[in-house]
Amino acid sequence: MRERARVPLALLVPAGLGLAFLVLPLAGLLVRAPWGTLPQRLAEPGVLTALRLSLQTSTIATLFCVVLGVPLAWLLARVPFPGRRLVRALVTVPLVLPPVVGGVALLLVFGRRGLLGSWLDSTFGVTLPFTTTGVVLAEAFVAMPFLVIAVEGALRGADARYEEAAATLGAGRWTTFTHVTLPLVAPGVAAGAVLCWARALGEFGATITFAGNFPGRTQTMPLAVYLALETDLEAAIVLSLILLVVSVTILAALRDKWITSA
Amino acid sequence: MTALDAHLLVQRGDFDLDLRLTIAPGEVVALLGPNGAGKTTALRALAGLTPLAAGHVTLGGRDLDRPDRRLWTPPERRPIGVVFQDYLLFPHLSTLDNVAFGPRRHGMPRREARAHAADWLARVGLAAYARRRPRHLSGGQAQRVALARALAVDPTLLLLDEPLAALDARTRLDTRAELHRHLTGHPGATLLVTHDPLDALVLADRLVIVEHGRSVQEGDAATITARPRTDYVARLVGLNLYRGKADGHTVALSDGFELSVAERADGDVFVAFSPSAVALYPDRPDGSPRNTWPATVTGVQRHGDNLRVQLTGPIGAAADVTPLAAAALRLEAGLEVWAAVKAAETRAYPAQ
Repeated sequence: MRERARVPLALLVPAGLGLAFLVLPLAGLLVRAPWGTLPQRLAEPGVLTALRLSLQTSTIATLFCVVLGVPLAWLLARVPFPGRRLVRALVTVPLVLPPVVGGVALLLVFGRRGLLGSWLDSTFGVTLPFTTTGVVLAEAFVAMPFLVIAVEGALRGADARYEEAAATLGAGRWTTFTHVTLPLVAPGVAAGAVLCWARALGEFGATITFAGNFPGRTQTMPLAVYLALETDLEAAIVLSLILLVVSVTILAALRDKWITSA
Repeated sequence: MTALDAHLLVQRGDFDLDLRLTIAPGEVVALLGPNGAGKTTALRALAGLTPLAAGHVTLGGRDLDRPDRRLWTPPERRPIGVVFQDYLLFPHLSTLDNVAFGPRRHGMPRREARAHAADWLARVGLAAYARRRPRHLSGGQAQRVALARALAVDPTLLLLDEPLAALDARTRLDTRAELHRHLTGHPGATLLVTHDPLDALVLADRLVIVEHGRSVQEGDAATITARPRTDYVARLVGLNLYRGKADGHTVALSDGFELSVAERADGDVFVAFSPSAVALYPDRPDGSPRNTWPATVTGVQRHGDNLRVQLTGPIGAAADVTPLAAAALRLEAGLEVWAAVKAAETRAYPAQ
């Protein structure tokens, strides 16, 4: 019995190092935080503006992703069509694409001289790059795959025969979706939305490329951290600390969700 | 008058179903057959959940499915209710809302639908469980809720897929009796899919036996139990069954063995007799005109108060003996015995 309980050192050592590698930087953040001046730091208008902008844009981006991503996930999970595997692969591309590349790609499409951007500009007078809307777009582009993958997984896991049962009771496909499918996969949608929101909140590369770095308009928290790092290290630490707290809170909420849905 | 008139042709891989069904209003028909015979496929085709390759589904004079005319009615627009094998009660809705789901989808206002659902729950004796979630119901209760949910929309045709299979033996007995009461009260046609002969015999007015996607025998319980036409049915009703050519009182089986029968018969016939009609002897018996043959015991199982003995020999057969007789014969696998059946105990009937 004791023989079995012993963990091989060859596994224990790298495991411990891995844990330390993940935890130490966070600990460093906490150790170096200017705790004494924290209240004043937090009250600085620049910090609050960036935080508000980040929360607003990532929330709107998440809503945008839910509205478009849940139907997309449903299509991928429930409707067999030619090229479905290709579409599924395309959906996951932003997941592996370097965000900066995503930002460049967004510029090429939605930029003032972009494929759609020039048309939007000339027809509606709408400009997307370097605006708050542009921030939302950049965040949604990067975060949507998280939602689609989570919801599609939930849909595939849900028993499709409930939908057949609904059909035999007179429910059409749309009613079945709203009254049966969606409630059944609600935990999956919630988990996907939280992941999506967390990803949008931390978005940096696509945002700075597509939307730029204008305080109050497109300067989100990660951008503010990056900028502060060059001028005021303590400010960067405070901003990072706020993002850390928000992320950990989200993670805790997500874990609860997973545990209750399991 | 017929409520349902259907010819179901379904192709699925190397399995094909070719089944004609008619059911009168108020009639309960059981589709009985072994696993994989195509019973559930037939039910799904009727409900519109599996497409027909050809044939038709006509319900109450209205064509629901006619592949040759490119006519197809989606499941939600068929006046057909389904009780699924594992019930599929919506886990996120209360018992009441599960039952109200159908009426709501048929355009009944919420308040009215709930009152209607409450009425149905009361009818199946579950009024007190209206607010429960399905996961807090027992198997028997879930079955009754599923039945109420399917009946709450007044279906012209009610389909039940193995309605009692998920229940334990004790619950099954009560639920079967209860189900019988509700099916008798249902004015529409009912098709019950089951592999349990007892369910079929108790619940149905008429049985359709399906094997390998084809109907092999149809009729009321008495006819089918008295005159089985396939080995499967014979086993279900516990009879020894043989097929052969009759000439007067003698039936020659395909392997050359001859059976004497009481009734005169000619041509292709089935001969059936009960295992209790088979007597076993240590030595060749003599006396009255009997069918006798040497046999080897291949197995002995408990069967009610008696023992059922499986025999091989010129013909395979099952014999029921009392424990006393078994002890006297020292019955065990491999024992050589003589089997005897009186001609008067056999039934011969035309195979066509």
